[in-house]
Amino acid sequence: MSASPIDRFTRSLEDLDVAVTWTDPSGSAETIETIVEPPCVGTPLPFDDVSVPDVVDTEPTPRSLEAAQTTVTAASMGIGAYGSVVLPSRPDGSEQVSLFTDLHVPVVRESDIVDSMADAIDQLGPRLRDGESAIIATGPSATADMGALVRGAHGPKEVHVVILSTDTEGGQ
Amino acid sequence: MSDAREATADRIRHLLRTEGAAVEENTLGFNQGRYDSVADLEDYEKLKHRAREIKSDAIERLPELIDELTARVEANGGTVYLASDAADANRYIREVTREAEADRLVKSKSMTSEELEVNEALELDGVDVVETDLGEWVLQLADEAPSHIVAPAIHKSREEIARLFNELFDPDEPLETAEELTMFAREKLGEQIREADVGMTGANFITADSGTIMLVTSEGNARKTAVVPDTHVAVAGVEKIVPSVEDLSPFIELIGRSGTGQDITSYISLLTPPVDSPVVDVDEPDVAFADRDDDRAFHLVLIDNGRMAMREDDDLRETLYCIRCSACANSCANFQSVGGHAFGGETYSGGIATGWEAGVHGYDSAATFNDLCTGCSRCVNQCPVGIDIPWINTVVRDRLNRGGDPSRFEFLYEELVPDEEPSGIDLQKRLFGNYGTLAKLGSATAPLSNAIASLSPVRSAMERLVGIDSRRELPSFERETLRGWFASRGGCQVSLADADREVVLYADVYTNHVAVDRGKAAVRVLEALDVHVTIPSVPESGRAPLSQGMVSTADRRASEVFAALAEPIDAGRDVVVIEPSDLAMFDREYERLLPAPSYERLSANSYELFEYIYGLLENGADPDQLRSGSEAIAYHAHCQQRTLGLEVYTTAVLSELGYDVLESDVECCGMAGSFGYKRQYYELSMDVGDRLREQFEREPARDRRVVASGTSCVEQLSDLLSRESEHPVMVIDPAA
Repeated sequence: MSASPIDRFTRSLEDLDVAVTWTDPSGSAETIETIVEPPCVGTPLPFDDVSVPDVVDTEPTPRSLEAAQTTVTAASMGIGAYGSVVLPSRPDGSEQVSLFTDLHVPVVRESDIVDSMADAIDQLGPRLRDGESAIIATGPSATADMGALVRGAHGPKEVHVVILSTDTEGGQ
Repeated sequence: MSDAREATADRIRHLLRTEGAAVEENTLGFNQGRYDSVADLEDYEKLKHRAREIKSDAIERLPELIDELTARVEANGGTVYLASDAADANRYIREVTREAEADRLVKSKSMTSEELEVNEALELDGVDVVETDLGEWVLQLADEAPSHIVAPAIHKSREEIARLFNELFDPDEPLETAEELTMFAREKLGEQIREADVGMTGANFITADSGTIMLVTSEGNARKTAVVPDTHVAVAGVEKIVPSVEDLSPFIELIGRSGTGQDITSYISLLTPPVDSPVVDVDEPDVAFADRDDDRAFHLVLIDNGRMAMREDDDLRETLYCIRCSACANSCANFQSVGGHAFGGETYSGGIATGWEAGVHGYDSAATFNDLCTGCSRCVNQCPVGIDIPWINTVVRDRLNRGGDPSRFEFLYEELVPDEEPSGIDLQKRLFGNYGTLAKLGSATAPLSNAIASLSPVRSAMERLVGIDSRRELPSFERETLRGWFASRGGCQVSLADADREVVLYADVYTNHVAVDRGKAAVRVLEALDVHVTIPSVPESGRAPLSQGMVSTADRRASEVFAALAEPIDAGRDVVVIEPSDLAMFDREYERLLPAPSYERLSANSYELFEYIYGLLENGADPDQLRSGSEAIAYHAHCQQRTLGLEVYTTAVLSELGYDVLESDVECCGMAGSFGYKRQYYELSMDVGDRLREQFEREPARDRRVVASGTSCVEQLSDLLSRESEHPVMVIDPAA
């Protein structure tokens, strides 16, 4: 018996030392607020009945991004085998704002978690052929170029994944 | 000639001293990381197979894919420029930066841009070019070249980087830790990126069906470089194109694992430019990203620079399958010691670099390091697209031999050596390539030949004229060859009537003339297992000339060997080979030297000695007459034997007979046939060997009896260790 994509996803994130928090649509704003480190920026979450807390500025500018500690953005997919999140490039800037702060909080729907890399790429194929772009992001930014592994080379030092349970039963 | 050897030796000695320690630590880490990471992958072999299929198909269809990609990128709103060579590419890129009125261009790491030397071209126009990969930035500040295609600054220690930063930037508090250095670089480079006018990236892959470029990074600098400025230039060799997005999947799974041993890098960017993300414009700091309406520019510069000609070249073509992962460098024993500053040409480094350099920069560049590939073949199974990297090195060596200068000692050799090579080939290569002929003379005149060869004036002349290092003990020829001994004892002691199997024991040059004892032991062991043995006269396998790049000579040997063995094989006899490098010829290289049915027949019926013994025991042969014991053994398998997966049988047989076996895990002993005898490579060979020495002098191997399958491994171990080593068959020899 093989593990479900969601089990694999959370196990992979554990191996990456990436924190995971479950929430549901009604509790999302409250949950996210406990995770973020202000000042926070982000982009609107394109999920039904889901909102970000008021502490997150969802209309970031270069200046507010520069000052921010945390970014909250939506991920379009999670990949079980690797603990990766897929960050689409959008006109609201969700892709690149996720790269500038020390903490990135990607929010992914439980139903968008796929099992394997091949599954993820199969879903991305039509989207990329439609002109879209996306980043498969796995854990924080890292480098070993300075003689030892350091987190936060050009991007976030820390990633905290929020999984949005999509059935009414709530999270695990 | 000997001056050139001294210069090579000096350069290698210098790099061993200055960069060797940092290179070794990093490459060994990557290499182990790869073994660990691919072990977790269920479908590793299937993924590699698929990756190779995709690349092979893409290179086959390259012209049509270039057209498809061009149409796609243009439909997306970008521009494609197909540059014939580096100068053409640089001319176009300079035009783009001029039109963008760029003062600064930021770059993410790209080996292709190194190939173009685009930084220097842009600096002519006064453009400030800034490398944003931390390792590349360190090298830009230090004005040095990459020593590794993936981790360019592995030759520099943290202490050296700290010294460099502290001298150049004079920070309030001197920088010391990796964390401090990284945060300092992040801050500095962040400013440079924010104020950049153009961002330049390479591309690990480009998909023809969508116009997507895939970038593999962990720092995040490629994302910033591509997206922060409004103009993005991507430079990529034409071979980076794959047909579709779906083709990326196996490469995403393989590239990080194969390279630095990471399951996946932090960021796999799949950018279909011009991207939808807004520009990060510091001149409009209060305009919300969502309110911008950017007009992004994207230029894809596809580089030919010799690649389309490589595509037409049957022997270099597979170089274009290379995904630049660095597995061949990290798994290479010589590379682990000296890194890319020795094992590399103008741009590329590691085993596959010979193909790249010959193809894009020319044979002179390949000639500077091609000899460092010893053909040990450890990279072959590590390459995620299955390129036969040693073969490419051999072919380039052969072509270099044919373009070499005639030597003034040529006349001596034309008489002496029966090879198929042009005059002009390096005398040292010719000597080692014709070792078999020398061995025959050596045995015929032993012990006189040994005595003469060991005289110091003779050794010093050998060192001067052909570069045989006088610090090496030369193999000593036996007066009585293995075949001579076998005939004088009346042939096989197991009669044909009593035998379970019939074997042709292949008397390779070393076993027949030098390491005769292991041949005698092999005969006795086979007899003890009720095998009828014959030792016919069979020519050399061609391994020696092949390792010197003498392909025509090796090709002729292959035909002669097949002619000599075809009849015994058809008569139902098995071919048993003691020397792993010769068996590897039959099993690997003969595929390229013989017609397919001949290759298959010989390969299918040839066995490594312990592989064969294992098979006999598995099929019910009685091991009682073999010498069993409980001795503790330290076993070093031969590199080419391990590539074929045959080392397991030695361990299995010894273990079954009660011995306690510990295997080495170094990639190669460093001797690699004749390599370690060469004056210019002696120090490197010993440095490689040092990893094996350390392992065998440490617990739990320290007091074990040492055995090794390859002749040259035994020679090397004898030079490395204070205790003797021998072929494992000596352990189980009933007469011992």
